[in-house]
Amino acid sequence: MSKFAKKKSGELPAVSTASLPDIVFMLLFFFMTVTVMKNSDVKVENVLPNASEIKKLEKKDRVITIYVGAPTREFQKVFGTESKIQLNDKFADASDVGDYILMERAKKPQELQNVLTTSLKVDKNANMGLIADIKQELRKVNALKVNYTTYEGDAFNNLK
Amino acid sequence: MADIAFLLLIFFLVTTTIETDAGLDRMLPRKTNEPITIDYQRKNILQLVLDKEGGLMVNEELIDLKDLREKVSQFVDNGGALRQDENYCAYCKGNADPTSSDNPKKAVVGINTHRETSYGTYIIIQNELVAAYNQLRNREAERLYETTYTDMEETYQKPGTSAAQKKELKNKIKHLQLLYPLNILEPQQI
Repeated sequence: MSKFAKKKSGELPAVSTASLPDIVFMLLFFFMTVTVMKNSDVKVENVLPNASEIKKLEKKDRVITIYVGAPTREFQKVFGTESKIQLNDKFADASDVGDYILMERAKKPQELQNVLTTSLKVDKNANMGLIADIKQELRKVNALKVNYTTYEGDAFNNLK
Repeated sequence: MADIAFLLLIFFLVTTTIETDAGLDRMLPRKTNEPITIDYQRKNILQLVLDKEGGLMVNEELIDLKDLREKVSQFVDNGGALRQDENYCAYCKGNADPTSSDNPKKAVVGINTHRETSYGTYIIIQNELVAAYNQLRNREAERLYETTYTDMEETYQKPGTSAAQKKELKNKIKHLQLLYPLNILEPQQI
């Protein structure tokens, strides 16, 4: 019987919870980094067309988005089924696009104001008439850089 | 324990990519008060008309959307000007048809759309145009720099590319774009 005989009880030691804060923080950081704040719900049908020769839109802070498409089911009663423009979270006319761009541009830092891109997220079933109107409005406010945002894929899938 | 947590945290930070949008980039023309008139010979314009049913006419001839890429690339790369002409195109490999474009720098593609044309069809046209031009630029890039235009653009966009490399690439890309400039004309809809 030595003094240092090991205590051999059959019980398992309790799981240490010392690392719990670490794990929680880790998860917190993880979600903090991957979550993209969405400032508006898309209220229009927004199935983008496919294209193969696409370029990535780098630098999210330099992009202004305009959605176009037929209103989704819940808004059809009020706004009909014709294609509509959505700016932020409101339906709008083509004539409002200029003001919207100017407003968004003013929100951006000075050094980015000249390098902004307008991303047109247009449903593939929308009509070109509306797009042409938007483009005219964009020219009026000198927002000349446009990106027709698409999914990657074979362009001929758009016909289906 | 904290080390492991940090390790995992960094791992996730590096591997998660926030979804980025992609699409076709275009520059709109500046707003002018007078309508833009262009002084061009008829043969230097490839007229595309998209009707509301999605049919495509190229120079008043109905064609399938799938043949557009070939048609555009033939038109742009035609090089119809004669050797002694100032517009002579030394690098073109086209048919040198005198009734088609003189020089890629002179060639203009006009896209006429109807108000009821669907956006999906319009994107096909835009996509095929870019594809045709990329094909020609790739060919020239291989001849001049032994790489492709699309690869060069990709390297340019990559975050790891150094400033010196970027500058060099930019010059090369500019040069290729100058050889085959993408001239699109979109008249107002009727």
